[in-house]
Parts: sequence; structure tokens; C-alpha cells
Amino acid sequence: MRFIAIAIAIALALPAHAELVIEITRGVENPIKIAVVPFQVKSSGAFDADLARLIESNLERSGQFRRVGRETMLSLPGPDDEVFYRDWRAIDSEYTVVGSIARDDDGFLVRYALHDVYGERILFAERVPGDSSSLRDIGHYISDRIYESLTGLKGIFSTRLLYVTAERRSEKDQTFKLILSDADGGRPRTIFQSSEPILSPAWSPDGSRVAYMSYRAKRPGIYIQTLATGEVKRVTSFPGLNSAPSFSPDGRKLVLTLSKDGNPELYVANLRTGELTRMTKHFAIDTEASWSPDGRSILFTSSRGGKPQLYMMNVASKTIKRVTFNGDYNSNGAFTPDGESIVFVHRTAKRFHIAQMNLITRQISILTETDLDESPSVAPNGTMVIYATSNNEKSLLGLVSMDGRVRVRLPSVSESVREPTWSPYFN
Amino acid sequence: MKFLKQAKVAGTIVILAVLAGCAGQVNEEVTAPAVEPVVSKETASSASTNEVDSSAELAAKAKAKAKAKADAAADAERATAEKIKSKAMAADTLFFFEFDRSDLKQDALNDLDAHAKYLTADRSAKVRLEGHADERGTRAYNLALGERRANSVTRYLVIQGVNRSQIESVSYGEERPLSLVRDDSGWLRNRRVELIYQ
Repeated sequence: MRFIAIAIAIALALPAHAELVIEITRGVENPIKIAVVPFQVKSSGAFDADLARLIESNLERSGQFRRVGRETMLSLPGPDDEVFYRDWRAIDSEYTVVGSIARDDDGFLVRYALHDVYGERILFAERVPGDSSSLRDIGHYISDRIYESLTGLKGIFSTRLLYVTAERRSEKDQTFKLILSDADGGRPRTIFQSSEPILSPAWSPDGSRVAYMSYRAKRPGIYIQTLATGEVKRVTSFPGLNSAPSFSPDGRKLVLTLSKDGNPELYVANLRTGELTRMTKHFAIDTEASWSPDGRSILFTSSRGGKPQLYMMNVASKTIKRVTFNGDYNSNGAFTPDGESIVFVHRTAKRFHIAQMNLITRQISILTETDLDESPSVAPNGTMVIYATSNNEKSLLGLVSMDGRVRVRLPSVSESVREPTWSPYFN
Repeated sequence: MKFLKQAKVAGTIVILAVLAGCAGQVNEEVTAPAVEPVVSKETASSASTNEVDSSAELAAKAKAKAKAKADAAADAERATAEKIKSKAMAADTLFFFEFDRSDLKQDALNDLDAHAKYLTADRSAKVRLEGHADERGTRAYNLALGERRANSVTRYLVIQGVNRSQIESVSYGEERPLSLVRDDSGWLRNRRVELIYQ
């Protein structure tokens, strides 16, 4: 009877996101080995997610875990009392997750437990109710709980990604899409589509709104879209550039680039009053502003030194200090959540990489080794950076850990994917 | 050939007229007597016949002559305009730039001159300048770079006499590459300003 249930569990767990195979190009030296046993299905009916697969993929993508393959498992237990630690030690699994899904009156009840194989004990067990549409959410939630329990860091599996794709038929015949997906790339949903380019998506600090640049009637403008309602509001559409928006940490302001006065300059738009404050005044290019987590500084790219370099502005005094001095191209900077470091695009030996700089020590480390790497965006727990890169003729998304030790290539979602932006936490 | 000659003569007249216009009051006094004798001579030869008729005839003749002159001038003007236009239409509409640069290359100037001539000759003509960058470097920076390139072309055209209101410009940054080749040969083609007549 038990084996029949398992067979159903495997058969019914439709691999809806089978294309999302992760490729770990580099990982930590001693990843935590974890076995996630296929969840037993305790009632009839199909599920659109293989929870165990989802959880092990999530954990593995962090670079800190390595999955124990299903094919090596000596048994596939569901209830906790069927977990024999000896069996798991034999296949070198340090932790084992077991669980079940049962249908109840309102939807489903997922039950799971995390076992410490060498400590021979249950670290924690939980019941999570939900409906069939939230099974992926439950999978991400369980992943977060396991990750937090074993690493001591907050998980990022329930966060979201925003990115832009382009389908090209010819130079002037393209379809651009702004896509919202789960952090693992699952459940991609087009939230805005245009035959004209879409650029610079940015999250509001509470994750409820996104700002981006798009062209309407062939003129660029900055728009803010509320995710829950789909409502779109225009922030600016001046002649010239309207680009690179970034929210202030309190969500009330937007720093952006306008060239209405002749040159690309930074402005701060008060979203409540509509008031615009000019922040820079220089004949060079000033753009790609990013607000610091404490709200006091704005990091931006400027060509005022002849080549694009990063500069830091004190928001109150508008005084500006140059930040990068190594290399002839440093741009598109973003802060880590603790505000102590920045990530940016750095050109070295004619190749574009993602680099990180500690703002106190000024030490720079290059995190990637592919070429044409751009648009770095830091996960809200500060452990990973997502960025756009290219492989032959294709563009794709990559993940790299903040110390450069873990590198993950995300499977291609489109022939051309760009500008990934990691959401904040939603809770 | 005859047409060309006429155009040349008409062209001279036009230039003289323009010069006369520029000179203003003084010139008018000088040119007035020069016309007078011609009229008085013709009036004298036909004085014996009907004075009223002849004066009307003369007026009509003069009118026809003036009209022919004007027509010729207009034709010539049209021909010149046509020539300027066809030259502009045959000129290059793609102008290329170096990496991370927005200054015009020397070899762009001849073609831009042809466009400028047409745009100054026909003030109703309008162009849209689209600035582009190659895929290297970051997207928002490249958007600014594309605008700078379009601005370089705008500035050059304005210096040549084109009205600012005849030019509309937009930057697409690296979003609309002409070439998908990911090396110098492809990037070279993508760092450009496209001039499009509206």
C-alpha cells in the first residue's frame, strides 16, 4: 500500500517546470548533503508541482547544498517513524526531508519534517495548509524554513524576479516583455508587453509596485505599475531621456535620469507631490542611480572623468565622491542590503564582468568570468547576485554568490533575457 | 540644355533680386529709371494708334513677360530644390561612432551636408534621429550614449542652418541592434545614428 502511494506521488507530480534544470558551474567545497524524499500523496488528484524536486532544486541553487539523488535512496519513507537513519548514513545524506500531501475540505495540507541523520533526531516538523494554486508557494516556504534552520540565514526562495525578454524578428520588429517569476524562474507571467523596448525594471521596497522605462507613442517615459491591480501610472515623459528609475528605501521617491535640460542628469521625483528636484549638474552623462539602503546616498554612473565610473552622492548635501578608480569602465552599481558593499559592471582586459567592492576597505573582487555580464541585482539576504550574461549567441541569467565561490547558470527562458531584478522580501 | 541655360539665367535673376532685396531703399531708386526707357520707347512707337488699346496691350504684354520670368524662376527653383532633395535622398542615413564616443566622424560630414541643404531648402521637411549603441557596457548608460550621438548629429545639422523644430530625436541605446554579430564587425554597425525622413 505504501509503495502504491509513492508510485502515485511520482506519477502525479507533473514536471511542469522540467525545463528549469540548474547547472552549477562552481559550488562551495563542502556543501550540505540533503535528501528530499518524494512527498507521499494521501489522496487522489493531480498536483502541478513536485514539491520534493522543487525543494531540492531550490536548496541546490544556493550553492550551499547538494541533493542526494532519488535513485540512490534505499527507501522512500513518508511518516517520520519510517525514517531509518542507518539507511541515510549509508548514502551519505546529512539531512533528510520527508513529507506528505493530503487533500482536506479547503484544499490541501502539506506535512513535512527535517531529520538530522547523524544526530538521529527531528529538527522540526510542520503542517502547512494551502490550495492547489499555492503548492509552489508552499514548496518555496518549506525551502526557506530548511535553509534558515541549517544555515542561520534568511531564505530567498519565496522572493520574485523581474526581467525583460526580447523576441526579435528584425531590427524594427521585436516584442519586449516584462516578466515576473518565482525566484527559481517558475510561474513566469508577462506583466507588460510592447513592440518598443522596456528597460530598467526596479522594485518598490515593499514589493508591491515596479517602476520601468518604456516607449509609448515612440517617446520614452517612466511608469509605475502596481502588481496586484495592474494599474499603471506615468511618472515622467519629458523630451529626451527618461530612464533608470530607483526607489528610495521609504518608497516615496524615485531617483531617475532625465535629459530635458540638455544633458543626462539625476533627478529625484517625489511620488506623492510630483515635485522634481535636480540632483546633478554636469555636461557628462549621469545615470544608473541606485539608492543606498539607509537612504542617505545615491550611487550612480558618470562619464565626468572621461570614462564611465561610479560616484557616490550625499543626498542631503549633493556632494559627490568618486568611488571606482580601477579600470576604464565601471557602471550600473547596486548596494548590498547591508549597505556595506556594492556590485557593479567592471571591464577588465576588454571583457565585462560583475565585480563587488567593499565600501570600507575599497577592495574589489571580480565575481564572474563570462563576458558581457551586466545588470547585477543582489538577493535580499545578500548572499547571491543575479545578472545577465551571454553564451554564444544566447543571453541568459546567471547567479553568483557574493564571495564568488558559487556560480549557477539558469536555464534559458527566452532567446534574449536581460535586466533581472531581485525582489525584496514580501513579509 | 536650353532648360539648363534658362535655369542659369533665372538663377542669376533670383540672386540679383535677392541682392537687390538686401540692398534695400537705395537700389530701388537706381533700378527704377532702367525700366522706364523701355516702356516709354514702346509707347512712342504705337502712339499713332489707339492710345487706350495700346496701353492695355502693353500692360498685358508686360504682365505675360513678368509671368514667364516668374515661371522660369519658379521652375528653376523647383529644379534646384529637386536636385537638393534627390542628393539628400541618395545620401547615407547611417552615421557610425567609436566605442563610448559620440563625436561625429569626418566621413559623415558630406552626407550630413546633403541632408542639411535639403532641410534648409524645405522647411516643411522633418527628420527623426535614432541614436544607438552596441551591446557592450550597461543598458541605461548606453541609452544616454545613444542620445549623445543623436545630439551630435542634431548639433551639426543646426549649425548648417536646419531649424531645431525640424529635428526629433530618440535614443534606443543597445535595444535595437542592426547586427547580431558579437564581434567588432557587428558592434561597429550598431554604434550609429539613423536619420529617418518623416
